[in-house]
Amino acid sequence: MAATADTVERVKKISVETYKYGFETEIEMDRIPKGLNEDIVRMISAKKDEPEWLLQWRLEAYRRWTQMEEPDWAKVSFPKIDYNDYYYYAAPKSMGDKPKSLDEVDPKLLDTYKRLGIPLDEQERLAGVAVDAVFDSVSVATTFKHKLEEVGVIFMPISEAVAKHPELVRKYLGTVVPTTDNYFAALNSAVFTDGSFVYVPKGVRCPMELSTYFRINAQETGQFERTLIVCDDDAYVSYLEGCTAPMRDENQLHAAVVELVAMDNSEIKYSTVQNWYPGDENGKGGIYNFVTKRAQCRGVNSKVSWTQVETGSAVTWKYPSCILQGDGSQGEFYSIAITNNLQQADTGTKMVHVGKNTRSRIISKGISAGRSDQTYRGLVKMLPNAKNARNFTQCDSLLIGDRCGAHTVPYIEVANPSAAVEHEATTSKVSDDQLFYCRQRGMNEEKALALIVNGFVKEVLQELPMEFAVEAQALVEISLEGSVG
Amino acid sequence: MLSIQNLHAQIEEDGKEILKGLTLEINPGEVHAIMGPNGAGKSTLGNVLAGKDGYVITEGSVFYKGQDLLALEVEERAHAGLFLAFQYPVEIPGVQMLNFLRTCTNETRAARGLPELSGMDFLKLARAKAAELKINPDMLKRSVNSGFSGGEKKRAEVLQMALLDPQFAVLDETDSGLDIDALRIVAEGVNALRDDKRSFLVITHYQRLLDYIKPDHVHVLADGKIVRSGGPELAMELEERGYVDYEKAA
Ligand SMILES: Nc1ncnc2c1ncn2[C@@H]1O[C@H](COP(=O)(O)OP(=O)(O)OP(=O)(O)O)[C@@H](O)[C@H]1O
Ligand SMILES: [Mg+2]
Repeated sequence: MAATADTVERVKKISVETYKYGFETEIEMDRIPKGLNEDIVRMISAKKDEPEWLLQWRLEAYRRWTQMEEPDWAKVSFPKIDYNDYYYYAAPKSMGDKPKSLDEVDPKLLDTYKRLGIPLDEQERLAGVAVDAVFDSVSVATTFKHKLEEVGVIFMPISEAVAKHPELVRKYLGTVVPTTDNYFAALNSAVFTDGSFVYVPKGVRCPMELSTYFRINAQETGQFERTLIVCDDDAYVSYLEGCTAPMRDENQLHAAVVELVAMDNSEIKYSTVQNWYPGDENGKGGIYNFVTKRAQCRGVNSKVSWTQVETGSAVTWKYPSCILQGDGSQGEFYSIAITNNLQQADTGTKMVHVGKNTRSRIISKGISAGRSDQTYRGLVKMLPNAKNARNFTQCDSLLIGDRCGAHTVPYIEVANPSAAVEHEATTSKVSDDQLFYCRQRGMNEEKALALIVNGFVKEVLQELPMEFAVEAQALVEISLEGSVG
Repeated sequence: MLSIQNLHAQIEEDGKEILKGLTLEINPGEVHAIMGPNGAGKSTLGNVLAGKDGYVITEGSVFYKGQDLLALEVEERAHAGLFLAFQYPVEIPGVQMLNFLRTCTNETRAARGLPELSGMDFLKLARAKAAELKINPDMLKRSVNSGFSGGEKKRAEVLQMALLDPQFAVLDETDSGLDIDALRIVAEGVNALRDDKRSFLVITHYQRLLDYIKPDHVHVLADGKIVRSGGPELAMELEERGYVDYEKAA
């Protein structure tokens, strides 16, 4: 058997076993009944003690959603989802009393995060990182909140922000991703449960990395988080999200919405390390990851970078985008997507150049192994006013073995003659000769594969905050060891 | 050191036999040169010794330092001290040469029970060895063999050999593509490694290399077999007469 095919076979076997986040926390849950209708939406809103305006906003989204169709243009296939067969709200019972501090949080929950490598205890935590931990439908704890408050940075679960900073939430919620933007965004708007809210006031450079860690634990439950980050004039923030879920035979739905707003001269760096359970080697189980992420660079010279390392999920449908509205604003998209076994990913970005002298940069690295299928889908759009706008796109695919697929679908629309778009794409294969060469020099197969793959993705890994780059590199290796080293 | 007995090897894909009963004995400290027409099976021999996939050994045996070489994995052979300088070194885009060299070196050291070299120590070592081979240090920052000229690739192979400290090295046309100065530098690099324990199998088409690296034995490989063996004078003869005498044998 050819060396690569052999490696892939071997690696495939490890991959499932190496999903070390696949455990389940046994904890008493408070759920609302299964299914989706107006009453369910009202119940979620009531659970969160929401104001009337938000309930109406949800109901409107729900009504519109019932009239929409699930999109079918992505190059993915999965059995029809029965939206009435999910629970839309599940929270640990102990969270019902709204613990005031970490001491009051159920130790089982704290332990779960510890096992995931995210100690919530501030003493143990990475010094420069504040964490919001979301467990199924609720936020369990947010660390370093007070330290951040001292400099005026608001970092809290969005449900808490609705109560404490209603004017801010109301001003921005749904302004980047309207409730009816697409099928999954509408669904999310109707039933979203928790997520993070960040506001960085004028002139403030957020003194630490902010991060949210999403954990799906409950069975037959969807997670619908909503994140909203607003960076006011001359402000800066770097934010990271991580995600894991137990190994289960059923498919679970995750439909998030993330909205970013960048005002004049501000910068938001948004990084994702997505490691939802990908399903087993036969494609059974795993998360459906249908996510809408969009940034609006409203201010002049504002900047947003999306960096993503996508290794998990059975099916991914995700296009973090930038609307470059302010003159001189910049959008960046750095992506590593890895699919193994029977995973499917249709991912990419949209860069919409509205203002003058706007710039965007897209670096996408896709790795396909096993029998997986991956599509890069990217839109670069230069509107009539986008004078001297510039885009550079580099889109590389690496294939491991010969039963996987990689596709590149770029859409380019230019309506201003002074705008320039540059697109480069390559497809390469990890060859038997490369593996043999490395092994002849003393590396074992997995090490060799890891080296080759790391070389392929390093340009993107470099974009991650230091604290996470090492972890992400290890993840890349595991999911390929579990697919490619 | 190395004992090859009646080795038969065929291409897995089409069953075509390439090595047809090759026998060769190499003692510690010896340098053997192999010459022979294109397609005779010289690189195949190197590949089979190194353990490349895609060949089936149908007959014969190879013993290396007393152990059955053919039973070992590719990297195990490397750890045991076998090195192959490739006729066509492989490009690995995106992987920095220095990182590649450090990974090779430390993996090999670990397998041999030696401590890992720190980033700094390794950098010093690699720079020193590169300087001996007159390799521009900037090359260490480039991707493995990507865009290297033919001669640069061959020099990089010798650099790897120097770092990995092999006991038995196969040099497959390492002289091809080298300019006259480079040939001398590379030969000096090889000669510096020569001692009474280390052995070399030097595959070449040109007698010229053997002026620099003096072989103990010269063999002619034609049609998958060693058809003639002799001393350095055999190389001179081949240079003059070519392989006509052996085409019949083939
Ligand atoms: N993978 C392969 N599939 C088919 N034929 C092969 C393969 N590898 C080698 N061969 C054939 O085996 C024969 C020997 O090849 P080999 O590379 O060993 O020759 P060589 O003696 O090194 O020649 P050169 O002097 O040109 O380097 C050639 O006819 C070659 O075409
Ligand atoms: Mg050859």
